[in-house]
Amino acid sequence: MSVSVQEADFDTGAEIAALSRNDDGAGAVASFVGLVRGGSDGVGAMSLEHYPGMTEKALAEIVAIACRRWDVRRVRVIHRIGRLLPGEPIAFVGVASSHRGDAFAACEFIMDYLKTRAPFWKKEETATGSRWVDARETDDAAASRWGAAEGRD
Amino acid sequence: MIKLLYFASLRETLGVAGEEIDASGCTHVQELRAHLAARGGVWNVFATSKSLRAAVNQAMAGADGAVKDGDEVAFFPPVTGG
Repeated sequence: MSVSVQEADFDTGAEIAALSRNDDGAGAVASFVGLVRGGSDGVGAMSLEHYPGMTEKALAEIVAIACRRWDVRRVRVIHRIGRLLPGEPIAFVGVASSHRGDAFAACEFIMDYLKTRAPFWKKEETATGSRWVDARETDDAAASRWGAAEGRD
Repeated sequence: MIKLLYFASLRETLGVAGEEIDASGCTHVQELRAHLAARGGVWNVFATSKSLRAAVNQAMAGADGAVKDGDEVAFFPPVTGG
């Protein structure tokens, strides 16, 4: 179980490969990569601020909940901070499990919880200036569909 | 003393990233918010914002979250990572 908060880019292929390396009990690896969306949104760049210290704790706690809830063999979470350009990766979540069901579910759960509980804030730069991204109710809904899991299981 | 931290749009609104205050009368997040709102001006955001979140010692806390001397309390808008 490994969590990184970093400015540096990451190698998605290498991260995915590492999730099942030397583990022939792993039957499935599911992964998610979040990217900076440009295009029709008119975003020229994005800056990510975070709360050093709490960020790492929040991510580790989310991973711990996922590990209690699903049969998970390895988890890797990477979240970038600083200034990023459209097309660049922001976040990576990878989960190795014995079977695909647990890998898919744990991966999606970690991403949904990260979006509502990890202290990151995005600021978009556009041609007309910069603006803080508003939190979306759909993110709260996505997180709440997993139920109140923590502390109980 | 309580260490206060402000993040993202809140930090920009207040014009300060953090401070240490003597808030011995505040035992909960709610009282701390009222204490800060009483400064008036831009600090009114602590009274008016419904979406403002808080963390005590780097763990999410509600309005009824306990605070005591020596704690680190952060205020920030809803998170938008991922």
